[in-house]
Amino acid sequence: MKPAPFAYARARTVDEAVALLGEKDAKLLAGGQSLIASLNMRLSAPALLIDINGLGGLDGIAKKGDMIEIGALTRHASAERSDMLAQHAPLIARAMPHIGHVAIRNRGTLGGSIALADPAAELPACLLTLGGEIEVSGPKGRRSVKADDFFKGLFETALGPQDMVTAIRVPAADKDTRTGFAELARRHGDYAIVGLAASAKADGKNLKDVRLAFFGVGATPVRTKKSEAALAGGDVEAAVTALDLDPPDDVQATGAAKRHLAGVLLRRVAKQLMEAR
Amino acid sequence: MSERVLDIALTVNGEPIAERVEARKTLVDFLREDLGLTGSHVGCEHGVCGACTVRVNGTIVRACLMLAVQCDGGRVETIEGLSDSGELADLQAAFEQRNALQCGYCTPGMLTAAQDLLKRAGVPSREDIRAHMSGNYCRCTGYHAIVDAIESVAQARSSSSFRGASTASEPGIQKRALDSGSGASRRPGMTGESR
Amino acid sequence: MKITDDSPPVLSALDRPNSYIGRSVPRPNLHRLTQGRGQYVSDVTLPRMTHVAYLRSPHAHAKIASIDAAAAKKAPGVVAVVTGAELAQVMTPWVGVLTHLKGLKSAPQPPIAVDRACWQGEAVCAVVARTRAQAEDACELIEVNYQPLPAVTDAETALRPETPVIHPSLGDNLCFERKLDVGKVDDAFKEADAVVEATFVTGRHTGVTTEPRAIVADWNEGEQRLTVYQGTQAPHMMQNLFAKHLDLAEHQVRVITKDVGGSFGIKVHTYADEMATAALSKLLRRPVKFVADRIESFVTDIHARDHRIKAKIGVKKDGTISAFEIDDLTGIGPYSVYPRTSGIEANQVVNLVGGPYTCTNYRASARVVFQNKNVMCQYRAVGHPIAVAVTEGLVELAAAKIGMDPLEIRRRNLFSDEGYPAQSAAGLKFEKLSHHESLAHLDTMMNYAALRAEQKKLRVQGIYRGIGFASFIEVTNPSAAFYGVGGAKISSQEGATIKLDAQGSIVVAIGVSEQGQGAEAVIAQVAATSFGVPIERVRVIMGDTDNTPYGGGTWASRAAGIGGEAAWQAGKALRGNVLSGAGAMLQAKPETLDIRNGVVVDAATGTERLPLEELARVAYFRPDTLPAGVQAELMATRHYVPRAWPFAFTNGIQASYLEVDVDTGFVKLLRHWCVEDCGTIINPQLVDEQIRGGVVQGIGAALYEQCLYDERGQMLNGNMADYLVPMAAEMPDIECGHVVSPTADSELGAKGAGEAGTAGAPASVMNAINDALRPLRAQPLTDMPFTPDKILKALGKIA
Repeated sequence: MKPAPFAYARARTVDEAVALLGEKDAKLLAGGQSLIASLNMRLSAPALLIDINGLGGLDGIAKKGDMIEIGALTRHASAERSDMLAQHAPLIARAMPHIGHVAIRNRGTLGGSIALADPAAELPACLLTLGGEIEVSGPKGRRSVKADDFFKGLFETALGPQDMVTAIRVPAADKDTRTGFAELARRHGDYAIVGLAASAKADGKNLKDVRLAFFGVGATPVRTKKSEAALAGGDVEAAVTALDLDPPDDVQATGAAKRHLAGVLLRRVAKQLMEAR
Repeated sequence: MSERVLDIALTVNGEPIAERVEARKTLVDFLREDLGLTGSHVGCEHGVCGACTVRVNGTIVRACLMLAVQCDGGRVETIEGLSDSGELADLQAAFEQRNALQCGYCTPGMLTAAQDLLKRAGVPSREDIRAHMSGNYCRCTGYHAIVDAIESVAQARSSSSFRGASTASEPGIQKRALDSGSGASRRPGMTGESR
Repeated sequence: MKITDDSPPVLSALDRPNSYIGRSVPRPNLHRLTQGRGQYVSDVTLPRMTHVAYLRSPHAHAKIASIDAAAAKKAPGVVAVVTGAELAQVMTPWVGVLTHLKGLKSAPQPPIAVDRACWQGEAVCAVVARTRAQAEDACELIEVNYQPLPAVTDAETALRPETPVIHPSLGDNLCFERKLDVGKVDDAFKEADAVVEATFVTGRHTGVTTEPRAIVADWNEGEQRLTVYQGTQAPHMMQNLFAKHLDLAEHQVRVITKDVGGSFGIKVHTYADEMATAALSKLLRRPVKFVADRIESFVTDIHARDHRIKAKIGVKKDGTISAFEIDDLTGIGPYSVYPRTSGIEANQVVNLVGGPYTCTNYRASARVVFQNKNVMCQYRAVGHPIAVAVTEGLVELAAAKIGMDPLEIRRRNLFSDEGYPAQSAAGLKFEKLSHHESLAHLDTMMNYAALRAEQKKLRVQGIYRGIGFASFIEVTNPSAAFYGVGGAKISSQEGATIKLDAQGSIVVAIGVSEQGQGAEAVIAQVAATSFGVPIERVRVIMGDTDNTPYGGGTWASRAAGIGGEAAWQAGKALRGNVLSGAGAMLQAKPETLDIRNGVVVDAATGTERLPLEELARVAYFRPDTLPAGVQAELMATRHYVPRAWPFAFTNGIQASYLEVDVDTGFVKLLRHWCVEDCGTIINPQLVDEQIRGGVVQGIGAALYEQCLYDERGQMLNGNMADYLVPMAAEMPDIECGHVVSPTADSELGAKGAGEAGTAGAPASVMNAINDALRPLRAQPLTDMPFTPDKILKALGKIA
């Protein structure tokens, strides 16, 4: 299908983008890899598209104190190549090659992925696991929203109608950081049937601060705190048993299968967490 | 400040183009309908099949997931240009010799994506090739011949110390691409457990 | 590396000097495709061309009470808004029946629904505008008042008295029924040492051609002619049908088919929206273009293979198969597709089950029922993937039950390679097959013993690999027995015209057409060999009803066998004509001459006597110098149709080697093999590539593809993110081998090869999965596609 007609504007500054978002039925165009697909299917018919690809200063990756800050307009492909992320945010680096295919990653942005919050997407789960935060710019200026508070429902985030994501921040990894990532997809590059982004801190031979965020299992990425505690206690099987997920059925898999697969992933990721960095 | 129809100026296959275009028109429709460059094909319009793969500012993209207006000031290369410049000559010859195309509809996208892989340093394994090409749908060949053709060109280029046009090798990608293909057999369907 | 070199000619009865038969010559039409300079229908633009978008029913079954198009008519760019009632003035409806499928019935189908929409996706109104986008904008302004009706969406209950009848004039929802009972089936089951029963389900799936269906119809009011650019596999058939339903003479219609972005049977059928587009052009007196987008493709391209088969096999301790029995139920759409009918697939299933085996006791029952879902019809390998899955599934389950190796049970039951002609229990006539030689070749190719040893070793480590096989027969080169006898104007014969041009090159015009399989190359190879010129001096013209002999097109793997033979005969005939003229010019007996490499030569010595350019120059420009009474005929036409055999059966055997992750239910395909006997091989590389492509399509059916419907008749996964097609990363390398049993029904001896890969792949993958899971005592899996969910259930890992 062809998109329904819309008006198009190029924002030159964040403030301008935010102001334009105040117009009726306006949407931001960043990578466009999800938005334009939905326009092409007429699932979405905004009156105005605000192209923010020209906004300067939003595509850097920098270490700021003990945080890694990633500009919202950073393309997945840049993140994939980034030595800074490989070294300081290894979980995100691990997740990147799973996002779609090369051509998608050349355009898609990290900010866009976070703002869309597809339940089967990798980055929201990574952010949740890492206890990251999302920098939001809106009519009243900038604010920081914790990942825990950002993902509210199915494609629903803490972003208000005139807000945009301008950066994401995660704690920089240190020598004790352990990460694990796995997803199951029928085909390379597909959205995951179920996935797990995990992090922990080495505590001698054990783990502490275990954080497990599953994706593809509900409306938002889901932390499984009981399993985290069991895993921190060193008991993988107890962690699996404690998984309190209740995924809905979808066209790719039943909830029962997803629940089972989550357990399988947990066992595999637990092994990754045990490995030294 | 916001318009439904805009004037855009860009280069397409090295040729300066100035056109007036609806904001809603995708890049692939613009190329095909406004410029008559029908070599880029439309297969799904949801960014899955890869038949519309072109190069914008040096990187491969799905032209069905970009608007023409986004390419204002940009540089677009389609199969016609990549072909006429000779950049794809060895890939095209290999595809033809190996019959790595049947109906030819996915082929421009396949060639453009393959070239993107081969511009990187190193010789990709068959598994690497399959992973890189996993975003391009072919219904005719079953992919085996396509992998053969790309593999043969990769080997030929590396043995003659050929370097793909313009871009320097990208060590980060190269390392990860090779890592993902190496080593112990990967469990079916399972991705992400590596290193 | 595996680039196939051009191999030296294989000596055979066909051997001509500089023969191209058996050589992997690269296809002549590839440069334009790799340069992006192909001409697909979706690329065609004509002056004043308009675009049509169809408003489609969101309901599986609904009365169309009213359509208010007032606002749409005034929308920007709109040329016309046309309803089914209006279009009915221009185009007559059609009925998809064939008289030789006794009792097959269907209701008339209009190009655009008139009073009632019968499936979700059926067109209810057409908007013609200057651009497709404008047409779609206007579609959103049309108000249709639907009154939903109960939808028939369960084949199992479609025939129950309480289920609404979709077409009351037909009396019930039964489209077609066939029964077969040969031998002594009940006795055979009683006497069997083991009986295995299973219910096989092949999930409804579809072609997903990379280029969606597209058509440009151009009615020229001044010429009173309709020119249609269409990616059809059967240009002459469509010419006949457009003429018939628009009340035109055939010669008023020209169908042009250039490059086609994949077809696989999808584009051999008659589609309501394509017929409507032609009718709209006539109505509006200007070109109209329709390109199905991917979303509408999923609900309008024919679906296929929606079958539930209850099946049974009886076997003796020594492995002898004593009986097969099947009960096949298939749910199609609300209409039998025209003109090939939606009864053929089930008919093929009945014909083909048990086909490779000598067992003479066979009972089959098949019912084809109407539903309010998308229409269903022939798709690559029609019926074979289903019949082979059932047969080969039962054979391996039986083997497992009696503890026999799966190749061994086949050795004990396959038709012997000697003793042909032979006939199957279902009455299929075999000229010459090579089941045993093929099996032996496969055994060696895959090093079966080593794979079994590897499987055993890995099982101990908790790694579950499986090996599965599928023997099969394949229908190719159909005679009129397939469609013609049933009253369809689908030609089983083929014609080729070859002319010598003034420079000594030949131009071959032929009715078969190209969709990527290499028909053009094969015809060029045959003509070049038969006539005697280098292949660079051959031009092939296809896909134009104005400029090719009347033919059937390309389907049922007939292009090489039937088209090739027509070209072969025409080449011989033209050579004869040329040598006749050369004889007169050289004062030599024509039988002492030959044409080799573009030159008339002395046949015995090879001495060059007269270049073709020179002969043509004289014949065309200086006939005054020819002896009196000599008229050179530098053009020859020959037709060919198989007469000795209703079908040229081929045979083959496939094997799949895979690994099942028993924790996740995911399957990793490690390798695939196919040994195929398609008779004389004209281009080995093209045959292998057809097999590979076919195998992967079959793998799609086994693991990934299914059109999912809910109980309301809504398709749930009609897009490329949710409907999974095989992509490169999950597919295995595929090794191909060959045995050659030429058919004597033609001089070339070529049978067909285009569908064999698809016929056997689903069965071999299924058998491999079950082989992998057997030690875990998993429930055998027979319900395709084999998703992780189903595998986990079979393993008892989920409820």
